[in-house]
Amino acid sequence: MKALGARSAFYVGLVVGTCTMYVLLRQVGFTRNVGSVEPEAHKKSMLEMVEEENKNWKKERLALFNLNHPHHTGEDGTLADALYKHVRILCWVMTGPNNLEKKARHVKATWSRHCNIVVFISSVDDPDFPTVGLNTKEGRDQLYWKTIRAFHYVMDKHGDEADWFLKADDDTYVVVDNLRWILASHSPEDPVYFGRRFKPYVKQGYMSGGAGYVLSKEALRRFVVGFRTKVCTHTSSVEDLALGQCMEKIGVVAGDSRDTLERETFHPFVPESHLTGTFPKTFWYWNYCYYPIVQGPQCCSDLAVSFHYVDASHMYLLEYYTYHLRAFGYKYRYQPPEPSVIQDLNAPAPDKVEIGDIEEKLGAEEQEGEKKSLEQNEKL
Amino acid sequence: MRWRAGETDSRTDTTFLLFSGCVYGNECDVVASKCEQSSVLLKELRSSMMSEGSSFMKGLILGGIFCLVMSFFETFNSGTHSEGHEHLHHHLKPVSKDELQKLSESQMSDWTLQVRVYCLIMVTPKLLVHWATANDTWSKHCDKSVFYTSESSKALEAIDLQEQDEWARLRKAIKHAYENAGDLRWFFVARPTTYAIIENLKYLVLDKDPSQPFYIGHTEKSGELDYVEYDSGIVLSYEAMRRLIEIFKDEDRCPERGHALWKTPEEKQLATCLKYTGVFAENGEDAQGKGLFNKKSVSSLISDSMGQNPADVVEACCSDMAITFGGMSPSQIQVLMYGVYRLRPYGHDFHDSLTFLPPNDSDND
Repeated sequence: MKALGARSAFYVGLVVGTCTMYVLLRQVGFTRNVGSVEPEAHKKSMLEMVEEENKNWKKERLALFNLNHPHHTGEDGTLADALYKHVRILCWVMTGPNNLEKKARHVKATWSRHCNIVVFISSVDDPDFPTVGLNTKEGRDQLYWKTIRAFHYVMDKHGDEADWFLKADDDTYVVVDNLRWILASHSPEDPVYFGRRFKPYVKQGYMSGGAGYVLSKEALRRFVVGFRTKVCTHTSSVEDLALGQCMEKIGVVAGDSRDTLERETFHPFVPESHLTGTFPKTFWYWNYCYYPIVQGPQCCSDLAVSFHYVDASHMYLLEYYTYHLRAFGYKYRYQPPEPSVIQDLNAPAPDKVEIGDIEEKLGAEEQEGEKKSLEQNEKL
Repeated sequence: MRWRAGETDSRTDTTFLLFSGCVYGNECDVVASKCEQSSVLLKELRSSMMSEGSSFMKGLILGGIFCLVMSFFETFNSGTHSEGHEHLHHHLKPVSKDELQKLSESQMSDWTLQVRVYCLIMVTPKLLVHWATANDTWSKHCDKSVFYTSESSKALEAIDLQEQDEWARLRKAIKHAYENAGDLRWFFVARPTTYAIIENLKYLVLDKDPSQPFYIGHTEKSGELDYVEYDSGIVLSYEAMRRLIEIFKDEDRCPERGHALWKTPEEKQLATCLKYTGVFAENGEDAQGKGLFNKKSVSSLISDSMGQNPADVVEACCSDMAITFGGMSPSQIQVLMYGVYRLRPYGHDFHDSLTFLPPNDSDND
C-alpha cells in the first residue's frame, strides 16, 4: 500500500506539473502568433520624444512656439506650408489645473501642434506644461472673465507674433490647416470673427464658445480698446453670448465660416452627432443655428474646422482620421478652390512690383466677396 | 500512570492521541498497548504520507521541466522552420512609392484595369443591420459586390445559397464567384461586420500578378497551420480561386461536410484546402510592418494604443493605408466613411500615381 500510494502520487504530480507549466507559459505568451509581430520601429523612448519635441517646439514665456510645421511621411505639404507662413494663428486653449492631465495633455499631443503659437490658459502658472495663470478662480461662472483676460494677455504678449487669435476649449478638436484655408481669403486688418454662428439675442448673431471662434487682429485690438473705454464690460458669465454682444458694439462683423458649398465648418458636437444623429425637434439647437441645419453627410464640410465635446480617445481618433487614414488614389468629390492669396504668392515674380499693387488687388478681391459674402451690419 | 493527549513518552517515543484515564494495572496496560498500536499506525501513516508527498513533489518538478523542454524544443524547431518560411512568403507589402513613380502611363492604366475587385459578402438575416450598412457603404467601392446569404430576406437582395453550414456556404459562394468573375481577377471575402477600404486593398495587390496564387489577410497560427483570419477579411487571387475550385472536388483532403465530432472553423478549413494546392497564407502589412487587416474597431485600437504607447498614440496605432476594421456600429462606420473619404487637412497632397473615382450611387463618401 505504501508503494502504490507513492507511485500514484508521483504520476499525479507529473501531470499537475506539466499542466501548470503549460498554462504559465501560455500566459507569458510563449506560443507564438505569426501575424502579430510588433514592429519595433515606432516604439519611441522618452528620450527620443523629448529630443524631437525640443527640435520642433520652443517653450518660451509660458507659450509653445511651433518651429516646424508637422509633416507626414510621403506627403507634399507645400501648400499647407505656404499658408502656415502667411496665415499665422495663435491658439489659446481654455483649461484648468484639474484638466491638464485629463484633457489639455491630449490637445497638446494632437491638433495644437499645427498652430503657430499655443497658449494654455489656466488659473495657475505652470512653466512645465506650460500654462498661463490668469487672476481668476475656476468654474463655469468664471468663463467670461477668463476669456476677457486671456484675450488681453495674448494681445499684450503675442500681439505682433500672430494675425489671427483662436479660442478653443480643452475638449474642442480643431483642424488648423482648414482654418487657414478659410482665413486666407480675409485680411487680419478687417474687423471680423468666425465660428459656428448662432442667431438668438444678438442681431448679427454670435459664435458658439464650445465650437471655438477666431478673431482677426483688428477685432482683437477693438476688443481690448472696448474694455479700456468701458464700451464692453463683464456683462454675464455666458462667455460666447457676452463676447458676441461686445463684438457687435465695437463693430466687429460676425463672419460666415461655411465652405463654398455652404456646409458648416465649425461644429458644436462630435462628428457622429452631426453625421448620424437626429436631433429632436424640441432640442435648442434647432432654434439657435443662424444658417439652415443639415443632418446627415452634408452637415459637415470636408474641410471641417472644429468639433466639440471631444474626449481624450476621440482626439486621437480624429487626429488619425484627419491626418493619417486615407484611401489610396481616391479622387475627392469636393475640390476646394485655392485661396487667391496663394495664387498671388505662387505667381511668377514680375520685374517691378510695387507693394501697393498687390495690396490693392487683395483688397479689391475681398470687396468683391468672390467666395463668401460677409454679412455687413449697416448700422456700423 | 497517566498520559495526557498530546504528550510524548520519551521512553517509547510515542505520542498519545487519546486521553488515558487509567491508574494502575491491566487497564493501563491495555490502554497503553492500544496507544502504542495507534501511534505505530500514525508513524506509518506519517511516513507513507511523507514519501507520497515527496513523490508528488518529484513528479511536479519533473512535469514542469518536461513541459519547459518541450516548448523550447517546439519554438526552436518552428523558429528555424518559419525563418525559411518568412523569407519566402509571410509578409506581403504594397509597392513602394518610388517604384510607382517609375511606371509609364500605359503600365499605369494596365494596372488600374487589372486590380479590379469582386467582393463576396457572406451574410445571414441575423446580421441584417450590418448587411444593410455594408450595402450602403463600402460594398459600393468594389467593382462588383455580391451578397451571399444563408436564407433570403425580404429587406435586402442577395444570392440565396439556402445553406446553413458556414463552410458549405463559403464553398458555394466561391464557386459562384469564380464562375461569374468576368474579367475581375481579385476576390475579397468578408462578413458584413467587417468594414473595408477597397482602394487600399487595390494598393496592396497593385503589383501582384493575379495569375499567381495569393491568399492574403491577417494571419494567425494554429499548430502548424497558418491561416487568414475571417473576421478581418480574406483576399484571394484568381489563381488561388482556381486551385480552390479544383481541390473542392477532392472529398478526402477537402471535404464539404466534416466528419469530426467538433467543427473546424471555415477559416482553418480554407487554409487547409489551400495548403494542399500549395497556396500559403500571407500577412498583409504596410512599408513599416504595421498590419493592414484589423478585426478590431478603430476606437478599440486607439484605446489599446493609449495604454501601450501614450507618448505616440496615433503613430503607433494603425496604418495610414489600413484595409479592414471590424466590430463597428453603423454610426461609427458613417464617421469612418467621413474620415476616410472626406475629412482632410487642406494643403496636404499625396500625388498618388493611380486615381480611383468615387462610386456613382452614394453621398457619404
